[in-house]
Amino acid sequence: MLKILQNLDRRWIFLLMFVAVAVPLIMGTTFPETPSAQVTAVFDAVDNLPDGSNIFMALDYDPASAGELQPMASAFTRHCALKKHNIYFMTLWPPGINMIQGSIDILNEEYPETYKGKYGTKYVNLGFRAGNEGVIKLVVEDLKKSYTTDIHGTNLDNIPLTKNLKNIQQVDLLANVSAGYPGSQEWVLYGSSPFDIPTVVGCTGVQAPIMLPYIPDQLTGMLAAIKGAAEYEQAIINHYPELAKNPKAKEGLVRMGPQLVAHVLLISLIALGNVIYFLERRQGTT
Amino acid sequence: MKRTVPLLISAVTGFALIGTAFIPSFVDWGNDAMAWFNLLAAFAFILGGGNLLKMQLQKISAQQAGWGYAAVTLIAFFTTLFVGLAKVGVHPNAKFPEFSWSGNYLEEGSAFWWFFEYIFTPLSATMFALLAFYISSAAFRAFRAKNTEATILLIIAVIVLLGRTYASEWLTGGLPNTPIFGEGGITYSDFKLDHLSQIIMDDFTTPGMRAIKIGIALGVASTSLKVLLGVDRSYLGSDQEA
Repeated sequence: MLKILQNLDRRWIFLLMFVAVAVPLIMGTTFPETPSAQVTAVFDAVDNLPDGSNIFMALDYDPASAGELQPMASAFTRHCALKKHNIYFMTLWPPGINMIQGSIDILNEEYPETYKGKYGTKYVNLGFRAGNEGVIKLVVEDLKKSYTTDIHGTNLDNIPLTKNLKNIQQVDLLANVSAGYPGSQEWVLYGSSPFDIPTVVGCTGVQAPIMLPYIPDQLTGMLAAIKGAAEYEQAIINHYPELAKNPKAKEGLVRMGPQLVAHVLLISLIALGNVIYFLERRQGTT
Repeated sequence: MKRTVPLLISAVTGFALIGTAFIPSFVDWGNDAMAWFNLLAAFAFILGGGNLLKMQLQKISAQQAGWGYAAVTLIAFFTTLFVGLAKVGVHPNAKFPEFSWSGNYLEEGSAFWWFFEYIFTPLSATMFALLAFYISSAAFRAFRAKNTEATILLIIAVIVLLGRTYASEWLTGGLPNTPIFGEGGITYSDFKLDHLSQIIMDDFTTPGMRAIKIGIALGVASTSLKVLLGVDRSYLGSDQEA
């Protein structure tokens, strides 16, 4: 038995991982989530604002991280839509333009009475600009030095939402979803922290430890990885039960099933690997 | 001269940007400098494209191992560039119907959109998802309790892995909220996996990261000053080149 395990073809492990992820995903298994203090802080930051407040949403990620971050971006968008907030979209990542379109589709398809046909008055898409933290420095001090037009080439002075917007210090909340550099950390360092702009972020699991030191002073709250997204979805559903009927509003909750089984598999593999290691040590083969 | 002018540009721009944090009248100068920087960053895309071309063409002309992949890269690069610049399949903007190129290159149904949705997105997601398979293989073969440090790391990993899922509720959700010793103090429920995971994040990870960040910030400040004062000139290249 030991010999078989020692020489186990790694393709069996790959197969196990595939099954561990695929089965709960296909079955759509969900588990109840209890929003943590950090997630509750994010929820309150959006929910406690008066209806129709101005939210600046920077979606800095690409399709590679969409599996982890799209549920957060969608949940932010739905929560803002439920509160009828005005939304300014932008991105520091070139593929982020398509990620923004996903959120705009949610506004138009799920909340048509508030957003359909109201481009420029309820939401605006500023699109992508090159320059990383250089763009952040400009949008927090002089937006129109970085963005003279929106993504469609319309001058910002001709768009009702941006006509009188000098910089994003005037918005009520900055929400960022980020997969790395440039992203959450840069928004905190160059945007929210120097100008005290209330900020919430959603980021990947590997970014979470980097962002933790900024909570709660420079950062109001954080959604960390798919767990954070699932808890945020649960928090929104708890307050707006009508959303429970929308399967698209449970993307994060559904992905916690595969995460549970995959984590248990990983722990089992670590344990099995260590059993083999100690047996080898006892036999003097290592 | 070749070194003095860039040194002056760096010093003036750098000090102007530092000044924006303390002197209100410097803010406009700083913003102008950032606008220039952002323009230069846009041109970096052209440099990046040129560099990609150079490296891949070198591989193909030298018939290096894997030169076929270089050819695939170039074909993909030029095809994407063409469909994006030529706006293949894009309808004219409703406001300017007489200009065939006035539409958005990312319009749904256009060739560029199709490439993004059906090639770039699945390929990117696949590459990232492959990590799950490699991590599982590495967990089995490499994550061994060989010494005290590795054992501590292993225990923490197990707590965090379980604490971030519903497994923590299954395994430790039944722990009562009653004190272990006498009145008050530590309770059994303090040992719930999600709570332990949170303690690790709040009381170990956060202070550790804070210390690292303060160290990095001090290092960045000293390095930046050396660059701005002209003490460190390595970014200008070697003396021979100048």
